[in-house]
Amino acid sequence: MVTRHNKIWSVVKHAIVLGFGFIMVYPLLWMLMSSFEVSDQIFHRAGLVPSQWDFTNYPTGWAGIGRWTFTRFFGNSFAYALVSTFGAVLSSSVIAYSFSRGNYPGRKILFAIMLGTLLLPGQVLMVPQYLWFHSLGWVGTYLPLVVPAFFGGAFFIFLMTNFMNAIPRELDESAKIDGCSFYGIYAKIIIPLSVPSLVTAGLFSFIWRWDDFMGPLLYVQGNPRLFPVTLALRVFADPTTVTDWGAFFAMSVLSLVPAVLIFIFFQRYLVEGISTTGLKG
Amino acid sequence: MTAIKRFIYKENVAGVIFALPFIIGFLAFLVVPMGMSLYYSFTRFNILRPPEWIGLENYTRMLTDERLRESLFATLYFVFAAVPLRLVVALAIAILLFKSTKMMGIYRAMYYLPSMLGGSVAVAILWRRLFFSTGTFNTILGVFGLNRNFNWIGDTRTAIWVLILLSAWQFGSAMLIFLASLKQIPETYYEAASIDGASSARRFFKITLPLITPTIFFNLMMQTIAGFLTFNSAFLITGGGPLNTTNFFALYMYNHTFAWGNAGYSSALAWFMLSVLALITGLLFGTRRFWVYDGGFS
Repeated sequence: MVTRHNKIWSVVKHAIVLGFGFIMVYPLLWMLMSSFEVSDQIFHRAGLVPSQWDFTNYPTGWAGIGRWTFTRFFGNSFAYALVSTFGAVLSSSVIAYSFSRGNYPGRKILFAIMLGTLLLPGQVLMVPQYLWFHSLGWVGTYLPLVVPAFFGGAFFIFLMTNFMNAIPRELDESAKIDGCSFYGIYAKIIIPLSVPSLVTAGLFSFIWRWDDFMGPLLYVQGNPRLFPVTLALRVFADPTTVTDWGAFFAMSVLSLVPAVLIFIFFQRYLVEGISTTGLKG
Repeated sequence: MTAIKRFIYKENVAGVIFALPFIIGFLAFLVVPMGMSLYYSFTRFNILRPPEWIGLENYTRMLTDERLRESLFATLYFVFAAVPLRLVVALAIAILLFKSTKMMGIYRAMYYLPSMLGGSVAVAILWRRLFFSTGTFNTILGVFGLNRNFNWIGDTRTAIWVLILLSAWQFGSAMLIFLASLKQIPETYYEAASIDGASSARRFFKITLPLITPTIFFNLMMQTIAGFLTFNSAFLITGGGPLNTTNFFALYMYNHTFAWGNAGYSSALAWFMLSVLALITGLLFGTRRFWVYDGGFS
């Protein structure tokens, strides 16, 4: 009796989870399918299958806005995401090493300050930082977005410090006996053993930068040549003009591809990162 | 030369050298701009011309600012609806999921994907179009004979719910955090309770729920802070309208700085927001001892 009851419950449960999950991904599937639909038919369709397959949305959309094609916008997004991710991972690993293995006075206070900045959301800093970068003459370039990345990101420092704290100190000690300096231990022991946490941080950094909208909106809005994909999409779908929705959805789908690929191939790292630190995904 | 070398190889010195990027970054990109904005908050400033000292005027202006009042109301409304909704759904799904092992990968993917993509510009604009009067949401309602060509984004009662729905849809990362904490509860607790004849509802309320309260607290705090500063969806989907019903605080601040040339006033707003967030975080921490179980698993 009990097992039969359990079996029915199990089937019901799977049905609920699958059904609700389908509703969850429905808007995304709908967008994907709409990128293959003739533009003026898109909003008359509730189902997934296009009434008329149309593959011209992709080349039409790629032609871009004004003088610039999406080759330029995707290039900008990649450059921005890669450079800032490189900076964030490198500098955060250096800082995390200092917090994990350093022995200087004030280390604990610095760590507490770092934790405090974790709770300080970027939007509060939006106006102050803009005014500061404006007075430095950096507005209109990527400098305000890329340079700070080279001075560590609180989430990544936190993630890596935890990871490095779990590396046994006996390894440091024996390396020290063999004549390794503080610098040598970082390069030869800690970094090779911290690779999983570096990968996790790098993936998150890449996705966040790829998706970043507010940053480019503040700093490079005036110059279409510098637009990342996020800004280009917004201009593409400007509500004051007529939008080619098929082409828009085609470019939208492409803009989501990097995140989906990361999700498919590195899911383990993402799940690990979120569940151990509470990083927002 | 060797003296310098000996100096930087001293372990304490090397430790500080490794911390330098953080110290410099903290000063250059946080302390300095914050300090500058504190000064600007006492000035009239439109970025283009030099600031002009006006004392507390920006702060007294807040007291009579009707749009600020509307903006705070909209922000609180959004946070109080979206955050609990997100957390309850995240916890419910996590509990449904955490024992299924075979299908776990697929389920997790289905529920986490919206979280990962939902913050993007592409999805925000998709959302705007879905809930438009001639949008897909109405077409779907039409399948059930309910289509009235209602513009969900143009109505003062429904516009904010379009944004709340978008936010609740992205419960995936909260769900993953819950899943991780559910997995840490030792199986023996449940076995012992079953032997004592506890029903599954009782096991949930007496074992599961108390043991994950630290995770609920953590999620609640992070999501509340993030919710308070929602910008992208309001900016891209509703533009703050209709009639300021979705004019969230971050958007209001943005407009004062960049659209209306009141960088002085928006600096004051930023400091006000910081105080509000500090107050809310403090209050949340204050409630901790009444409902969060800190005893660990021993």
